[in-house]
Amino acid sequence: MLPMSMVRDDLLRLTPSGLFCELGGFFVDPWGPVAKAVITHAHADHARRGSAEYLTTHSGKPVLQTRMGPNATIQSIAFGEQITLGEVRVSLHPAGHILGSAQVRIEHRGEVWVVSGDYKVAPDHLVEPFELVPCNTFITESTFGLPIYRWRPQAELYAEINAWWRENQSQGKTSLIHGYSLGKAQRILAGLDRTIGPIYCHASVAVCNRDYAAGGVVLEGWRMLSEAPPRCDWSRAIIVTPPQAHGGDTPHRYGETSSGFCSGWMTTRGIRRRESIDRGFPLSDHADWPELTSTILATGAERVYVTHGSTATLVRWLTERGLDARPLRTQYGDEGTADDAVAVEPGAGAN
Amino acid sequence: MEAFVRLFVALDATTKTQEKLAALVDWFSRSSASDAAWSLFFLSGRKLPQLVPAKRLRALASTLAEISPWLFEEAYAAVGDLAETVALLLPTDLVEPAEQSPPKAASGGLWSVDHGPLPPDSGLAAWVDAYLQPLRGADEATQFRLLKRAWSQLDPTGRFVWNKLLTGGFRVGVSQSLVTRAVAEASGLPVDLVAHRLMGEWRPTAEFYARLVSTEGDQVDAARPYPFALAQSLVPPGSGAPDTLFPSAIGQLPGRPEDYLAEWKWDGLRAQLVRRSGAPLLWSRGDELLTDRFPELDSAARKLPEGTVLDGELIAWRDGQVLPFTLLQKRIMRKTLSRSILAEVPCSFVAFDLLEHNGIDWRSRPLRERRAALEQLLTAPQAERNAASEQAPAQSSTIRIAEAFYGKSPSELTALRAESRERGVEGLMLKRLDAPYCAGREEAGWWKWKVDPYTVDAVLVAAQVGHGRRANLFTDYTFAIWEGETLVPFAKAYSGLTDAELKEIDALVRQSTVDKFGPVRSVTPQLVFELAFENLQRSSRHKSGIAVRFPRILRRRTDKSIRDADTLERVLALLPSLSSAAVPSRERGETISRQRTFAWAEPNPEAGDAR
Ligand SMILES: [Zn+2]
Ligand SMILES: [Zn+2]
Repeated sequence: MLPMSMVRDDLLRLTPSGLFCELGGFFVDPWGPVAKAVITHAHADHARRGSAEYLTTHSGKPVLQTRMGPNATIQSIAFGEQITLGEVRVSLHPAGHILGSAQVRIEHRGEVWVVSGDYKVAPDHLVEPFELVPCNTFITESTFGLPIYRWRPQAELYAEINAWWRENQSQGKTSLIHGYSLGKAQRILAGLDRTIGPIYCHASVAVCNRDYAAGGVVLEGWRMLSEAPPRCDWSRAIIVTPPQAHGGDTPHRYGETSSGFCSGWMTTRGIRRRESIDRGFPLSDHADWPELTSTILATGAERVYVTHGSTATLVRWLTERGLDARPLRTQYGDEGTADDAVAVEPGAGAN
Repeated sequence: MEAFVRLFVALDATTKTQEKLAALVDWFSRSSASDAAWSLFFLSGRKLPQLVPAKRLRALASTLAEISPWLFEEAYAAVGDLAETVALLLPTDLVEPAEQSPPKAASGGLWSVDHGPLPPDSGLAAWVDAYLQPLRGADEATQFRLLKRAWSQLDPTGRFVWNKLLTGGFRVGVSQSLVTRAVAEASGLPVDLVAHRLMGEWRPTAEFYARLVSTEGDQVDAARPYPFALAQSLVPPGSGAPDTLFPSAIGQLPGRPEDYLAEWKWDGLRAQLVRRSGAPLLWSRGDELLTDRFPELDSAARKLPEGTVLDGELIAWRDGQVLPFTLLQKRIMRKTLSRSILAEVPCSFVAFDLLEHNGIDWRSRPLRERRAALEQLLTAPQAERNAASEQAPAQSSTIRIAEAFYGKSPSELTALRAESRERGVEGLMLKRLDAPYCAGREEAGWWKWKVDPYTVDAVLVAAQVGHGRRANLFTDYTFAIWEGETLVPFAKAYSGLTDAELKEIDALVRQSTVDKFGPVRSVTPQLVFELAFENLQRSSRHKSGIAVRFPRILRRRTDKSIRDADTLERVLALLPSLSSAAVPSRERGETISRQRTFAWAEPNPEAGDAR
């Protein structure tokens, strides 16, 4: 894979620390410590500690602050608000991925570049819905860049999760539902039917819930695991917990359990079985294949850099449609399908 | 069909045997006989002969999904399963194609191609009759219409299940014995009886199922073999335990040495010889009728008294020696048995157990008694018959009794086992003399104590993405050893590593990829693994000059650099000398994987070794 070319008028180029906008004097989602970092969202593969100043959206700030530490300097702007950095104009636009997640729009003398970060097009009624931003050059993720990924409607998946919870209850099993603490867990929470039984959240999920509340999205009707009554009837409960907590270390105190996993990767049986979980729910915070392909075409971009997932596949598909598409090697994820498998691994980033 | 899909979902949703059993019992209790029969057919891993060529199926799916063939292949590589890939790619709103011709009256209850769509809630058997069976031999257009019609009425899960029935390989993590238990429980019959009635050949019809669950009598079709007893390994498979552990492994067997009988573990094909009324029959463990493949057994089998069932091993045997398994395999692959192959690879049946004697089921008697009767049956009368007959006694019978060793001490057994390679056997079998003949592995009281595998330190040079649970991960490896300054690929291995190790190696493969050839990636040689092989043979057909059998990965040798990997020279030196007169020179070293090529190989892959 070739690095991004270094033509003079490129608004962004790849450096060892990440995507750099020379004219603006800032980086987008850098993986090394830099002076100025514009952050699309707070997931670990996009936001890293150590930079001097961060810029993000208002609603994304609380989560970012938690993750970058209390001493990190974070400025925030509103979605759509235009600011000038060096010689370029910068604005942030909803990416629909998690609360406050943004696409970064960079404009210089009529030339527009957009960095998508991670994005999801279908609205989930929880976070700011995705906005299509026309541009000349689009840097897109491709996590689920294969036509096998076509998400089912969120309502259908919620119904399935709730039915599974009920079924577990009737069999006296505690429901353990796994999802990434930031973003996915809140979507799960939003879909759980409070009338079924009590909802408990793992501590790392609870932290993100509070950051969501600070960002303007309040989720109610749940308790921290540590707040459970002494003789809790776990078999009626559902526990929302990150993937780390799944595996051999399920505490015995929950009695017999059934585990579910919410991730786009749950589309394929092979991965479901590999993760040894009882049920997989393909609830994703990323664009599926139809969303990826239609969004890219709809931006009107003549040049597309593809990163983060099935890079080669999407590049070929776009090239076949006459676009100037190129792979971009970032550290948001390596090229190839297996990083995808790694992404369901504990802490490996967004899923 | 919908109900069968629900059964699949229930089986797939749990890893717990009890829950799977409950779902199966429920299914068999509710299903019609014809649906039950077809489900039994698919659940026990049987498949219809190829209905639609995989290439055509891919083409149709790509067309319907409106994607290029290369993109289909990418998707397939990521999913690792054709049936699933197709199910995931088909458009959700697949419209049922317009009626081509008006419905005709059903004849003989069969749905013909021209009938209107079958409702999704019709039974499995009706679906198989309407959409699966008519595919065979149909032209492309008809196949497309039938497939599209079936798909258009199913949800994605239903399509996946359907595609599995279509492509074969419908496996949902249920073993044959679990299915048997479920039928027994649903019908209130003893498990043994159901298992026995399920042996041999049967067609998935309502009549068959009705007979299967009939409470009348316990008579079993005269052709049926008994469920085979299986052995446990003395050494856990894959453990690669060093030699010194083996004596203690024997020491751990319950009881005293006098409680056991030892036999050679033959490297052949397990079979039952059923001699009831009529012509003798030879059954493989995979329910394949082998009688016609072994004509030389016929006359010897006819000399057995009626009402005899023997358990034993078919082996290639000439001039008092067992021939390599590869020769037996080669003979079996032949469509017709020429006189020359019969002369080149003559076969014998080595009997080691007597299951039915004088028409009476002897399985509940202890091995001690069965063995005594077997000796009576095969040794004494045979000698008498031979003596009495005019024929030259030099031509000994093609049914011979397995050599038995009684009351050997662990050290004597260890010494015996050490002779295995030389004798062309796989090791020893140890059987409890007081045990009845039981189907299944745990109950039988049989242990196999195989000869130590060959081990080789080899370098990982290429990798390919796996399938099923390993889809998306580079888990299928090619290994090489040194020939001078070159690394020569000599073995592929898939098994032996834990999931965590697989993931780690997957990441290393990605980092060190040098080149891609289709799904294969060549990598910078840097990782050394210790591999184990059941067998190694010289082969002119392989680049390395070595054919390997049943390779598995023992462990990664992080302590070794690629320079420390084995050389071809050293590996060749491991092999037994080629002086064995029994092996015709041009046949030496022909190796084809037994699992892949044997049509009657055990349908359940977990079962692995045949005994
Ligand atoms: Zn993310
Ligand atoms: Zn990401």
